[in-house]
Amino acid sequence: MSFINYASREINCKIVYYGPGLCGKTTNLQFVYQKTAPEAKGKMISLATETERTLFFDFLPLALGEIRGFKTRFHLYTVPGQVFYDASRKLILKGVDGVVFVADSQEERMDANIESVENLRINLTEQGYDLDKIPYVVQYNKRDLPNIVDVDELRRELNPTNVPDFEACATTGEGVFETLKAIAKLILFDLKKGK
Amino acid sequence: MANPQLIMYDEEFKQINAVIEKLLREANAKVIFLVDKNGQLITGCGETERFDTTSLASLTAGNIAATGGLAKLIGEKEFSILFHEGEKDNLHISIVAGRVILVVLFDSRSSLGLVRLRVKKASEELATIFGRLMQKSEEKEKSGESEFPFAEITDDDIDNLFS
Repeated sequence: MSFINYASREINCKIVYYGPGLCGKTTNLQFVYQKTAPEAKGKMISLATETERTLFFDFLPLALGEIRGFKTRFHLYTVPGQVFYDASRKLILKGVDGVVFVADSQEERMDANIESVENLRINLTEQGYDLDKIPYVVQYNKRDLPNIVDVDELRRELNPTNVPDFEACATTGEGVFETLKAIAKLILFDLKKGK
Repeated sequence: MANPQLIMYDEEFKQINAVIEKLLREANAKVIFLVDKNGQLITGCGETERFDTTSLASLTAGNIAATGGLAKLIGEKEFSILFHEGEKDNLHISIVAGRVILVVLFDSRSSLGLVRLRVKKASEELATIFGRLMQKSEEKEKSGESEFPFAEITDDDIDNLFS
């Protein structure tokens, strides 16, 4: 859950990027890191294997600015996408304020997407959250590839509750900031509502 | 929810800082951090400017979460103390009041025994303060009293963050 510090006038929120292996979660964070002014970002940490597969998590702290005199910080995390890292994924969801589901638009990854959404729902429930109630957005990544599924079909399969969704190509950065902005907005409005 | 939202007020913030500053002196430590289990840095004292505190907080929480997972696998509730020994610097990490992580960084000017002893005492004081803090936020929530800074937030405020 977010941490509000009245003494230092700061609000910290945690955003988790979820999705199947190789869908582009780390690439999303890398693009945000590259395009953010040095004073607004901290170090990006990647706990990855030698072949650059995420082992535990990636972490990117962003201090975007002030809202009503409060420094607003977002901590971006990714989970390891590979199926057998489920124990690690559960840990990273602890204290989450909002989730971005990154889907791989390629036809052959459709089953992996569906499995990952189900896994997200189960793991959130274990932590006491309900996917239908927390801030949540979906990103259809890899739109630049040839063998992709229609957005309509992706939406039907992966976004039945009609949360905000975005087409993206994380390698070029298309849709990356739109996604981040959408989840940030949902989180801040959720905080406002909760009070 | 699994963990209620942590809200820090001025009064408790000062008390917490006083406790960890005292601990820093008494344990002869270099740096002390308090981190929320979710990875948010709460406060720190000592030579904090020498370290990337945000990353440290996030990795500490990851570390505690991972060892907590290990503990459950072998039938323990949690491992409440972790100790990492380096060539020069050492890290003593402990869980306070079930939800806050106390990180003490020290070198050869101190010792594990001294740090453990002082941490134990400071933990009790911190637990009392955090207990009070939780009670306070609950009471404020119940009475509907809101000092929440985002009550008036608009779309434009959020757009400005990304401009």
